Amino acid sequence: MPVMILVGIAGAIGAVLRYGLSFLLITSRVGSFPQATLAANLIGCFLLAFFTARFMGKRELSEKIKTAVTTGLLGSFTTFSTFSVETILLFQNKGIAAAFAYIAISSAGGLLLTILGFFLGKRLDAEGGRP
Amino acid sequence: MDYLLVAIGGCFGAIARFQVTNTLTKNFKGTFPHATLFINLLGSYVLGLLVGFQISSTVNLLIGIGFLGAFTTFSTMKLELLNLLNEGNWVYFTNYFILTYLFGIALAYAGFMSASLIHDLFSHFSFVHFMLK
Repeated sequence: MPVMILVGIAGAIGAVLRYGLSFLLITSRVGSFPQATLAANLIGCFLLAFFTARFMGKRELSEKIKTAVTTGLLGSFTTFSTFSVETILLFQNKGIAAAFAYIAISSAGGLLLTILGFFLGKRLDAEGGRP
Repeated sequence: MDYLLVAIGGCFGAIARFQVTNTLTKNFKGTFPHATLFINLLGSYVLGLLVGFQISSTVNLLIGIGFLGAFTTFSTMKLELLNLLNEGNWVYFTNYFILTYLFGIALAYAGFMSASLIHDLFSHFSFVHFMLK
């Protein structure tokens, strides 16, 4: 199967999981704190870094599967456009402090979880795949 | 039905990002992640525009949450930032970080503003009333 089709299928799954998560962490109304997008972005950051550190450059999985999981599934699960628009809505409805809090938690939290995922993945890889 | 719309949009959004990234990284060399930056900025502007036009929930599920949600990415951007940190490339790290957040949010706002501008410009013409609320 062409890698593009696999990326599309994985991308559809990633988008559906992100949409499903928004019902678990339901946001009461437009302009309130967007915890669903924040959760998807933070979880996705950890998983992408972990998967990359653990499996990239390894032969355990085919290149196509790696691209489908990283570019397709996790790339689609997380989103930046929704983050940008929610920041504007938050600024309009709750003021500048709420908007800056969202930016700060997303940007710093995302980077920290990426670093954490990356080092856990590397460590697990160094131990030969045993947790 | 809602999940199907998100899945269809997400499928095409992921493929579009994959193709744009492949095309841009082929034509521009270097470690600066310009492809993801371009995608995230473009997606932020278009989503701002759509939300500004108060699109229907069907269009929002298909294009907003599905296509643009999947087209733009947060996790890849963060991993690219970590790679720049690992390379010790502080200049690229700082530039990428600031350009993404500053212009991403500014372009989402520009999208909102464009929508109300277009709405005001055309609201005098009755033939477009059916297209715009």
